[in-house]
Amino acid sequence: MNWVDTILQGVLLGGLYALFAAGLSLVFGIMRLVNLAHGDLIVFAAFLILVLVSTLGVNPFLAAAIAAPLMFAIGWLVQFILLNRTLGKDILPPLLVTFGLSIVIQNGLMEGFSADSRRVSAGALETASIPLAGLNIGLMPLLTFASAILVILVLNRLIYSTSIGRAFRATSDDPVTAGLMGIRPERIFAMATGIAMVVVTIAALYLGTRANFDPSAGPSRLIYAFEAVIIGGLGSLWGTLAGGIILGVAQTFGAAINPEWQILAGHIAFLLVLVCKPRGLFPRAID
Amino acid sequence: MANLLQIAGLKAFYRDFQALFGVDLYLDAGETVAVIGANGAGKSTLMRSVAGVLSNQPEMVVYKGEPIGALSAPDVMARGIALVPEGRKLFASMTVEENLLIGTYGRKVDGPWTLRGVYELFPILQERRHNPSTALSGGQQQMVAIGRALMSNPQVLLCDELSLGLAPVVIKDIYAAFPRIRATGAAIIIVEQDIGQALAVSDRVYCMMEGRITLTGRPGELDRAQIHAAYFGADQHELG
Repeated sequence: MNWVDTILQGVLLGGLYALFAAGLSLVFGIMRLVNLAHGDLIVFAAFLILVLVSTLGVNPFLAAAIAAPLMFAIGWLVQFILLNRTLGKDILPPLLVTFGLSIVIQNGLMEGFSADSRRVSAGALETASIPLAGLNIGLMPLLTFASAILVILVLNRLIYSTSIGRAFRATSDDPVTAGLMGIRPERIFAMATGIAMVVVTIAALYLGTRANFDPSAGPSRLIYAFEAVIIGGLGSLWGTLAGGIILGVAQTFGAAINPEWQILAGHIAFLLVLVCKPRGLFPRAID
Repeated sequence: MANLLQIAGLKAFYRDFQALFGVDLYLDAGETVAVIGANGAGKSTLMRSVAGVLSNQPEMVVYKGEPIGALSAPDVMARGIALVPEGRKLFASMTVEENLLIGTYGRKVDGPWTLRGVYELFPILQERRHNPSTALSGGQQQMVAIGRALMSNPQVLLCDELSLGLAPVVIKDIYAAFPRIRATGAAIIIVEQDIGQALAVSDRVYCMMEGRITLTGRPGELDRAQIHAAYFGADQHELG
């Protein structure tokens, strides 16, 4: 086993998991909503990109750029029309409704695209790599990781240095008092879910070009996303990146020892973090 | 001539519990009015009804001729009525300056109150502007809450129990800011249990008991016995 290579591949894989998780983390941080349909929405976005690539004949990156505003609109509407009604003191309704949404999306995709597994072709990029100190670093994993960093930088900038970000945090702290300041929580929530769906589209771009996906692939993406969020600590986006990296490194190590152990090793790492630090590695001070 | 703010026959409920039984109150431009009363008299309910936290019949609250009783809090705020809520309610994850800036979110109008204006009114806040709001003393937090409401340059400022939980010397500091707030032209309603401070800064006073207005007048014209009776009820007045 080449240690350096294994760690490097794990870190880069962690970028993909961080992308899966960033939208989930954002939505949870602002409205304490755990979106169980998050993984299915990633798969939905991947199918959207696939359709755009095959009908318009554009490359996947351009297709994702076209899909992003569509996904924003879908997220905004789903939150405003459906999920806002479920938010309240009781945490059960949003769980039930997003679980239902997950089933609806899976079955809708199954109806429309059959159960066949698909892939979005990224052409020569798929196999391109950069030689670095005796190792070969895949260009797609590198792009994925860079995108994850960029997404988290942009989200943090949005949350901590803009007027809308202040409104996000104020609403997260206390929706009633935010209302007194002229903030409409229901629109803030819709905006947050819309932004999360843009991140979902970016995640879908890399999911679709790097691996096969099918209509039932969502729940396992949700698990990775969820584990990354929990390992990192709820509400912290850099924590989510760290969580994704830990998950990715654990999986590549597991796979390096025995390919059957890849998935299991990730879950064991997650359990170990939960046992040692139940609130995650970088929990927000205020909950 | 219509009043700036006219509250007529305001009834408010928390589910089956009726908290206000037909409250009448008016506020003219530039005026400061105090609403005093014991704990549970309905003062905060009155403020929350005007600010739109509690929804009422539209005509029960009329602002500049427009019925606003049924509007939501952001809609009321956008029209120029800002509430300093009871218990201050600062945003805990945010700094002093971010809390102040939130005040401009729902209403972007030019006026005397900017960050600089608030920092001139409460200089200590400028020193502590990058501190988390939770790191401040109670009095400083109250200054942030007032500043946050002022940042929207409201025409009506509602202040709910500013003195709650604060030492008398701190309360005095906070009330010392009111002449300067008044000078910018804002009309103010001050809700207080602390009668002394409220009477000292107000033009007129309403006394509330058990969800009703029991006494109204100008501070100079009311004697202590009247206020005592309206505040605590006639029976206790006779006993006391």
